[in-house]
Amino acid sequence: MEFFERFAVPHPSPAIYASMVAIGLVVIAIIAGLTYFKKWGYLWREWLTTVDHKRIGIMYLISALIMLFRGGVDAVMMRAQLSAPENTLLDAQHYNEIFTTHGVVMIIFMAMPFIFALMNIVVPLQIGARDVAFPRLNALSFWLFFMGAMLFNISFVVGGSPDAGWTSYFPLAGNDFSTSVGTNYYMLAIQISGIGSLMTGINMITTILRMRAPGMTLMKMPMFTWSTFIANVIIVFAFPVLTVALAMGTMDRLFGTQFFTMENGGMDMLWANLFWVWGHPEVYILILPAFGIYSEVISTFSRKNLYGYKSMVASMVVISLMSFLVWVHHFFTMGQGALTNSIFSITTMAIAVPTGVKIFNWLLTMYKGKITITTPMLYSLLFIPLFTLGGVTGVMLAMSAADYQYHNTMFLVAHFHNVIIPGVVFAMLAGLTYYWPKMFGFMLNEKIGKWTAWLLSIGFLLAFMPMYITGLDGQARRMYTYSEATGFGTLNMISFVGAIIMAVGFALIVYNVYYSTRYASRDISSDPWDARTLEWSTHNPVPEYNFAIVPEVKSSQALWDAKKEGHNLFKGKYEEIHMPNNSGAPFLMSVVFFIWGFAMIFSLWIPAIIATIGIFAFMAHRSFEQDHGHHISVKEIEETETKMRGAK
Amino acid sequence: MKMDHSLPLEYSTDQNKLNILGFWIFLGAEIMLFATLFASYFTLANRTGNGPTGAEIFEITPVLIETFLLLTSSFTIGLGIHAMRLGKQKAMLTFFSVTLLLGLAFLGVEIYEFVHYVHVGAGLQTSAFTSILLTTLGTHGAHVTLGLFWGLFIILQIKKRGLTPQTANKSFIFSLYWHFLDVVWIFIFSFIYLKGMM
Amino acid sequence: MKGKWIFSSVLITIAAILSGCEPLLVLDPKGPQAERQAQDIMLSIGIMSFIVLAVFALLIFVLIKYRASKQSPDYEPPHMEGNIWVEAICVGIPVLIVAYLSFVSVQSNYIVEATPEKYEDQEPLVVYASSSNWKWHFSYPEEEIETVNYLYIPTNRPLEFKLYSYGPITSFWIPQLGGQKYAMSDMVTTLHLAADVPGEFVGRNANFSGQGFAENTFDVTAMSQKDFDDWVDEVKDTADPLTEEKFDELLEPGHLGRMTFTGTHLDFMPPPDHDHGSSDSEEGNEHQNHSEQDKDSDHSNH
Repeated sequence: MEFFERFAVPHPSPAIYASMVAIGLVVIAIIAGLTYFKKWGYLWREWLTTVDHKRIGIMYLISALIMLFRGGVDAVMMRAQLSAPENTLLDAQHYNEIFTTHGVVMIIFMAMPFIFALMNIVVPLQIGARDVAFPRLNALSFWLFFMGAMLFNISFVVGGSPDAGWTSYFPLAGNDFSTSVGTNYYMLAIQISGIGSLMTGINMITTILRMRAPGMTLMKMPMFTWSTFIANVIIVFAFPVLTVALAMGTMDRLFGTQFFTMENGGMDMLWANLFWVWGHPEVYILILPAFGIYSEVISTFSRKNLYGYKSMVASMVVISLMSFLVWVHHFFTMGQGALTNSIFSITTMAIAVPTGVKIFNWLLTMYKGKITITTPMLYSLLFIPLFTLGGVTGVMLAMSAADYQYHNTMFLVAHFHNVIIPGVVFAMLAGLTYYWPKMFGFMLNEKIGKWTAWLLSIGFLLAFMPMYITGLDGQARRMYTYSEATGFGTLNMISFVGAIIMAVGFALIVYNVYYSTRYASRDISSDPWDARTLEWSTHNPVPEYNFAIVPEVKSSQALWDAKKEGHNLFKGKYEEIHMPNNSGAPFLMSVVFFIWGFAMIFSLWIPAIIATIGIFAFMAHRSFEQDHGHHISVKEIEETETKMRGAK
Repeated sequence: MKMDHSLPLEYSTDQNKLNILGFWIFLGAEIMLFATLFASYFTLANRTGNGPTGAEIFEITPVLIETFLLLTSSFTIGLGIHAMRLGKQKAMLTFFSVTLLLGLAFLGVEIYEFVHYVHVGAGLQTSAFTSILLTTLGTHGAHVTLGLFWGLFIILQIKKRGLTPQTANKSFIFSLYWHFLDVVWIFIFSFIYLKGMM
Repeated sequence: MKGKWIFSSVLITIAAILSGCEPLLVLDPKGPQAERQAQDIMLSIGIMSFIVLAVFALLIFVLIKYRASKQSPDYEPPHMEGNIWVEAICVGIPVLIVAYLSFVSVQSNYIVEATPEKYEDQEPLVVYASSSNWKWHFSYPEEEIETVNYLYIPTNRPLEFKLYSYGPITSFWIPQLGGQKYAMSDMVTTLHLAADVPGEFVGRNANFSGQGFAENTFDVTAMSQKDFDDWVDEVKDTADPLTEEKFDELLEPGHLGRMTFTGTHLDFMPPPDHDHGSSDSEEGNEHQNHSEQDKDSDHSNH
């Protein structure tokens, strides 16, 4: 009995029991459904073992949307708790767990897979490649992320959620003050999915450097590819820092090391430093691909080339370098003195300059253009003013002396949501709508899409603008309640209303998918938006091999130039195409990683050792395996191409 | 499979070139990993709590033996790759085997060293300094251990399949990995041991 | 787009009304440090509104002028590469703004990290403020008294808070007197504040520290030096001495009301060292010597 007690939730509530039942029912329903419709084989062959970048992208997308739901429910619960003074909807412990999981889920398990989804789907198509450099590794990256996310999400029904904030500062996150296994979940689940992210970084960089279509020099790459490239360079240099920090945290909690403890020389400030040396570049890992999406969308719907291509690239390079030089601004108040704070205050403000350049370049792209406001463009147009607000409050926060007053308050919360929601989330939704026809062969409903964009924007303003005010009025973040006397009540109620409106907006996205799947026309061209880059030059939906003939490229907007000048991108005859084989190994190996993580979290050493051996067995198997892939014959290509063209 | 015969075997196919570039990028990530460990080490080096300091526990002899073994193994694997380029499979396998034996000996001395540390009261849990010391050394040691298995697998594959573009590619990448571990050790030797003993 | 502008202006009006009733704490400074910070905040809001307005204006302009529906169907947008002069302006103006703000920021850093200028000629009152889950302990080494969860301070005199923690990282914050600073378990940080006027202020821990975080607050009362001295004398006459056992009891996690003691915990439980060396005995002695000296000087003031 004692053995099983560790799996119990330390602070259960009716909501958690209800979730347990719900999770159980959903799992049973999925298993029953798959069995009844005899879909196990289909699921295994077409999805679990796939190495196709497009399918992996779609799986990332689905995971991201599910996690968006999870993180969104957390957010609504938080806003509901704070909507009135001394509210008793949640107690302190639950509130602490919820804001912790909200942060982790939204950043690591929602925003990251969302950008990986778009990178995976778009980048190989945009550079005229047939897959990524290491398709098998790509599948492994996805499954590691997925298993990390699942591991993190079971925490609230098995053993208890982490409750030390998404930043998980020690010593609060140490064994002395976080006694449940929650923080173990944090350390290991993020570690597992972080390994996946790192491998994606290596994969994408290699792909972009080596697999571009003939003629596509670096300075002729479309902007989304550029942004993906830079973001992945940041991933490769930032994620190892997180790996080390998490490993140290894990060892402190499980093996009694003294890295961040309160005695024997342990140093809590080291965790804060390491966390933010990763954490700040992480922000740019998310925002740069978002900028890439906006660049594509704004250029397409202004019917004009991207203004200042070179300065766009240069500004991203500068941002990526500087992203590693600003981490101290997350703790100006740690007492490092006026000189250090001054240096980091200046570097932080300096980042505003290249970011500003990008804003002006987008405005100049629209200048003298021919602007049509489609849903993706609407998101981009809402992004510019809203993100500017977030950007300028960022400059305000960068003034370190004034930051002593903003730090740890709702002002800060308002600021980072103000950059992440219009910056990253809107970009992902713009990208989702924009690339939907490429992924699924039909378009999302424009009317519902625009409603969604407006609802999200209004909800966003209502939810977060009041926080700037309450922050300046002394409302600290992460407080589960406040007294009537503080006078925060009205503004927090407005925030709650905003959160509800945003929730309705996100629900509308789901409805839009349902509605469009049911009613949208399947008879669309391969280039429904009249776009400019290579991904729109192949069929809808994209065949397994992406391009029957590898395109030849002369500019950063190859398709547009081909359309204007009437030349053919695809010269030459069909040739046999070499494609990688599917493999179940990435999925199975990730399952073993899941077991390993779970065993480590609960200090079940024997299963942990067995799982570790299992992981190495998979690596050994991979070393000995001979897999030369398969070839698609010319005849098969001809058949597919005729069919695809006939369908249009 | 398209092969380009003007290039060495390990670079001869497209996939081989991708693998090598990808591995270089992976080494970039590894550099960051060890850089983080070193940065943490420098931060915590003087935070010894109630435990011993570096000067009190470091012993020069095993460290010098370890350095000698690892540097030599880096040299022999270089010879192995040279033999591979000349197509001398047997010489290559010999050099690879010597490399792995040297690596194994290194590991043996390192394990002795760890036992010694624990023996003199510098265990993983003693202080922030010992935690980061053993973690940094241990991370390097774990890399060497992994390398031993990896190298062994490659030797077995070459014995079975001969020098193909695939096995040559793996061998070359393995040599990059091994040289990298050597470079890391030089940093450990200079900035942890020598600096600590001074 | 129009809906949104109307909407945000409504929002701003609401904000103005709300903040009009009662000034926001941070923008209602009662001490020189908070005043400097409020100035910086207002200055940056001013400059930033200019940028926001400029971007909004440009956006509205291009949206009105270059909508497809407003153009002839055969209009074909020109191909435009970057223009060096336009881009130089896009870089130059932000650089100037950032340079100016950096200048102000650096200046402010040195101001808030030092004894407030206008009270520089006075002897600062040193208070050791330490946090434990979820309380604040205030030790007045010169006065030889200690309080829990409330803080009495004299006005028009520099205050030097020495911050540290018996647990998670916390952040000591009295918004109306000045910005916050962390209190940590392995080093002492210093926060310089001062109060210009007597009054009651709220203070709290601003950094999340676990279950009792929301209620981790304290009351601050600023009064004239004379009233402060009277209060100290009264405490010395009436309060119980703080023993080591009692202090250990206080450190237990939980919430406590206001408490007052004579003597401080600094005597038997010195704050963490500044340098993180292993030999802490020497440092500890130094601290005690320091407080001895302070006590002497305090006596001579009387």
